[in-house]
Amino acid sequence: MLTLQINGVAHQVDVPDDMPLLWVLRDVLGMPGTKFGCGIAECGACTVHVDGKPVRSCSLPASLVGARPVTTIEGLAGDLVGEGVQKAWLDIDVVQCGYCQTGQIMSAVALLKANPHPTDDDIDQAMSGNICRCGTYRRIRAAIRNAAGVA
Amino acid sequence: MPVAMLSRRGALAGAGGLLLAAMLPRAPARGAMRIVEDQTGPFAPNAFVRIAVDGAITLILPNVEMGQGIYTGEAMLIAEELAVGLDQIQIEAAPPGDPYITKELGTQATGGSTSTIATWTGLRQAGAAARTLLIQAAAARWSVGPETCQAEAGVIRHAASGRSLSYGEVAAAAALLPAPAAPAPLRDPAMFRLIGTSQHRLDSPAKVAGTAIFGIDVQVPGMLVGTVAACPVLGGILTHVDAVAARKVPGVRDVLTIGNAVCVVGDHFWAARKGLEALSITWDEGVNAAVTTATIYRQLHDALDGPAIVAHTKGDAKAAIASAATRIEATYQQPLLAHAPMEPINCTVQVGPDRCDIWVGSQVPLRARDAAAGITGLARDQVHVHNQYIGGGFGRRLEHEYVIQAVQFARQVSYPLKIIWSREEDLTLDRFRPAYVDRLVGGLDRDGNLVGIEHRIVGPAVVARWAPEALLPNGVDDDLLVATAVTPYAIPATFLEYARREAPGVVTAWWRGVGGTRGVFVVESFIDELAAQAGVDPVAFRRKMTGDSPRARAVLDLAADKANWGAPLPPHVGRGVALQYVFGSYLATVMEVEMSDTGTVRVRRAIVAVDCGRVVNPDQVVSQIEGGLIFGLSAALYNEVTLQGGRVQEDNFNSYRILRMNESPMIDVHLVDSTEDPGGIGETGTAAAAAALANAMAAASGRRYRTLPLMGRQA
Amino acid sequence: MSPPIESRRRDVRRIACLSFFAVAALGGMRGARAADTDLVARGAYLERAADCEVCHTRPGGTPFAGGRAFVLPGIGTIYSSNITPDRETGIGTYTDAQFVSAVQAGVAPGWKHLYPVMPYPSYARMTADDVRAIRAYLDTLRPVRARAPANAVRFPYSFRPVMIAWNLINLPSAPLADDPGQSADWNRGRYLVEAAGHCAECHSPRNIMQATSSAHSYAGAVTGGWRAYNLSPDPDSGIGAWSDTQLAAYLSSGHADGHGTAAGPMAEVVSHSLRYLTARDISAMVTYLRTLPARPSDETVANVPPDTLAAAGSNRTNGGELFAGACGGCHLKDGQGRQVDVAALWGARSLGETQGRNLVKVLVEGSRLDTPQGAMTMPAFGPEYRDQDIADIANYAIGHFSHRIGHVTAGDVATARDGEPPS
Ligand code: FES
Ligand code: FES
Repeated sequence: MLTLQINGVAHQVDVPDDMPLLWVLRDVLGMPGTKFGCGIAECGACTVHVDGKPVRSCSLPASLVGARPVTTIEGLAGDLVGEGVQKAWLDIDVVQCGYCQTGQIMSAVALLKANPHPTDDDIDQAMSGNICRCGTYRRIRAAIRNAAGVA
Repeated sequence: MPVAMLSRRGALAGAGGLLLAAMLPRAPARGAMRIVEDQTGPFAPNAFVRIAVDGAITLILPNVEMGQGIYTGEAMLIAEELAVGLDQIQIEAAPPGDPYITKELGTQATGGSTSTIATWTGLRQAGAAARTLLIQAAAARWSVGPETCQAEAGVIRHAASGRSLSYGEVAAAAALLPAPAAPAPLRDPAMFRLIGTSQHRLDSPAKVAGTAIFGIDVQVPGMLVGTVAACPVLGGILTHVDAVAARKVPGVRDVLTIGNAVCVVGDHFWAARKGLEALSITWDEGVNAAVTTATIYRQLHDALDGPAIVAHTKGDAKAAIASAATRIEATYQQPLLAHAPMEPINCTVQVGPDRCDIWVGSQVPLRARDAAAGITGLARDQVHVHNQYIGGGFGRRLEHEYVIQAVQFARQVSYPLKIIWSREEDLTLDRFRPAYVDRLVGGLDRDGNLVGIEHRIVGPAVVARWAPEALLPNGVDDDLLVATAVTPYAIPATFLEYARREAPGVVTAWWRGVGGTRGVFVVESFIDELAAQAGVDPVAFRRKMTGDSPRARAVLDLAADKANWGAPLPPHVGRGVALQYVFGSYLATVMEVEMSDTGTVRVRRAIVAVDCGRVVNPDQVVSQIEGGLIFGLSAALYNEVTLQGGRVQEDNFNSYRILRMNESPMIDVHLVDSTEDPGGIGETGTAAAAAALANAMAAASGRRYRTLPLMGRQA
Repeated sequence: MSPPIESRRRDVRRIACLSFFAVAALGGMRGARAADTDLVARGAYLERAADCEVCHTRPGGTPFAGGRAFVLPGIGTIYSSNITPDRETGIGTYTDAQFVSAVQAGVAPGWKHLYPVMPYPSYARMTADDVRAIRAYLDTLRPVRARAPANAVRFPYSFRPVMIAWNLINLPSAPLADDPGQSADWNRGRYLVEAAGHCAECHSPRNIMQATSSAHSYAGAVTGGWRAYNLSPDPDSGIGAWSDTQLAAYLSSGHADGHGTAAGPMAEVVSHSLRYLTARDISAMVTYLRTLPARPSDETVANVPPDTLAAAGSNRTNGGELFAGACGGCHLKDGQGRQVDVAALWGARSLGETQGRNLVKVLVEGSRLDTPQGAMTMPAFGPEYRDQDIADIANYAIGHFSHRIGHVTAGDVATARDGEPPS
């Protein structure tokens, strides 16, 4: 039995030691905002924050999370940076199919929390691990600039 | 209608329903009456509008949202005529049903960049019809003439008396009125309030908050999760499965089999996946076990000589070329491509004795429904398809074989079963954009004018499988005529032939524009080669030939101007252009690339000028072009599905490479004001990518690139 | 990601126990006694220490059923044998003496001389008792009928008498006797490293006769295209600068902070063998390794700490861009690993190697390490990443993580991709 701290709430789950956090979130806790894209840490669709750092939950066994707090897209409400990023996303209509976007947003929020005024290079560095098959990269970059207030 | 519309969608007109019938209820009065028998039910004047007595306005949208922004665009069409704001409505995906069949695709389908084209008139009429009835009901209440009332923002006003009623207040009464006998008059486009203005997407808030439910997110009470291993070789069958170890994996509940696949069911995907890996499966791989990509290419190249069907002729191209001053020949090759949408294939099914429910994101919900009925033996109306947001379609979900598979598994169990394919399964068992080989021969006269083109296309006919009735009587897949038989140019003579060669070992399918995408690459590459041979600037060479098409010339001029065409470039940088008329829209694209000594290609920027007729939501047109270009660049630069021993080798993003943010260029999109009927836009950017890129690389390097992918194994 | 072999193996072990007890209960053919239980348990542990399974299992095949191919440049391809108790294709009919002879002298029944791919020169240093215990364990496995493909070996190696001569010259004759001047730990460590663990088989260069060189023992060597690193206590090129804790962590888990993660063959050794050894045995191995003679070699360790790495400016070369897109998602620019510790690669020796041999191997072959939390995998990058792209990534990583100039070429990558063809 594991205890996971997710979005400020403790959840007890009984799952195998090798079960990735992604599937605990989606299939055990019923939080489908975090997406499955590749399962091998190549696409970023499953990005959540663990201890404030963006991690790929498809490749993180839940048993290794320990007491570190986990934040998912569902936990951004009320978060200043998180809501700012979400608003920037809406303002310039980043979304197409939207499937990658929760992961993109989690990566962007982590970036802005660590680096409130990223350069374009910083943005590319932090975001190039997230694939968007619909090709919304240009708008993601612009939304991050807007959210950072450096547009 | 320009001949270019003789695409696969045009050809399907005879195969399905009627646009008008589709867009209005078959028996309008009765339909409306029946729904409101209790006088408190909603006002549903047609299949697209529902107004509840509490004032809630719901628009039912016939096309599925897979990223193209169609929910927003279609809602705008209805709302414009219904005279409501986008903030006053809710939207709902249409269930499978005859009213949603379009003539463009012959079934209720979303694809081929046809959505806006197909619904442009009909959805506005649906909104106008509802508005007319609402006004009539209010006028009757006030005992005034309907022509003295105005509807705006969900309220009907009688200016003379200052009275007003909301739509909700008259909904019940409106529902009792007979539907208008003739189509209600549509707004003068000059008076449009919504159409033509950039509107925020209606699906964005939920997608940004993570609350939007895609097919893969569906939760049904009592549901278990399965994942599948199907025979990796097409046509192979399951001969034996040893599931002893799999059944011991904690959380595994069931191991199910069908003819060519095994499904392990568990409490969650992880248990199912581990169970699947613990299986020991024996396949009979069948006849395709030896297929390699080389086999496929060889068959295509072999068919460059030998019999072919004449697909299109104009003038006497052979004679023109024979007497030309210069003759040029080029052969182009394009690979098999996967769709690789971000959301892997999934489908949730519950089969009961007298009902089957399917939760899935489908571009063809009617086909899915009918197939499920066939498998379960239920009547069609006992099968309920709940269409969901699709995390990227690109034509993949114009197929429904995964729905068939899911129903075949789910009918063996009593619980609702959600099947999710791993990314590996999704990629290796995709249905692929076909590989093609094209040979073009052109002739130039002494002044460098193009006198004629002979063109042979070799490759599969996707339409022959997907909609066999639409294959032209002479055996030509008319989708392949897109961008080849019809170009933006006045070419004096053309001779186009088609040699059909189906690829062994794979199923081929639609893919963000098959004919248009592959055709633009071939033709625009060849036009560039002709220009080079003639010693004429590529833009000037094209411009000279756009005599019959002012719209083509206008986008070409605009793109060249915005791109500063002709301005000097740094070393190793090249600029390329592509001009196209596909999916009813004109595009000119200028691309700039930088090439390193080690063959690395960086796309620096892309400038696109678009004339897609009347624009519904301009910002979404820009968004589709941006995304379509990026999608096309991934394919043009990197992607090639290969087979070894009948098995697809590319199985995840480590081997099927997707363009990332730090590789993606600056993109400037310029829209041309146009009052023409809307053209399609979802696939146009993709169609432009390879041609503009290959031409830019040729300019940068001084050599031609005739094989895709441009940075692939063969390049 | 999850290990099919792992679950099957557990299964095998369970069946092994079951069948053993079943036999015991029936007072079966082998006359099982209580002492046999201990013998089998000891054999199971020693099998782990000697890591028989990894070589005697074809990729994706049934454990211990053999068939894994070993390509020896210049010699040919040799397939490992089936060591399940199948009577026809396995070792079912071997007497104990025949088994011991095969394992320790390289001579199988029928006077068949094995090739020294089978590390019998090392196993010769085990006690015959221990080898018999392994046999007792293998006997409890489910017999699997599987005939290994015939070896394809070039002359003169195809001429078995050559191997007899080789053995006469190169085979150490006797098991290791405890050195009374050393601690029990040291002696145990030596036994595990030199005999059962056969570390020298990869980590010592081979002489002209293809025997491991004692003059350069543990100075590192290339086997199967991978470099097995210098294990000697040399501080610059060996393990002299590692702490005991780091060494123990690396051996038992495949990862030590500041030294990266085992990949390729070493990851297999950890996955199948070392992670099952007791902490005491691991520490005994550390004790012994510390006392090896220091042997400086070319490949030195470079250790750039994460803070320095994080502060590095952006790198818009092809390699830098590709790293940010395809690699940074796990490894991060500061090399600390994003999801899991094993993805932390700062300080890894593969990044200090300017030829990038192991780095390129990992990029094109991928790697997999089994841990108590499941398999940790590094995906192999396919041909849509061109040879030049892989070389660019490798050179960027060597430059960024080790402040050295990488010399990886597209040709090196092509060679790694095609495997080393038998010449
Ligand atoms: S699903 Fe985790 S990175 Fe792709
Ligand atoms: S919006 Fe569709 S994958 Fe990013």
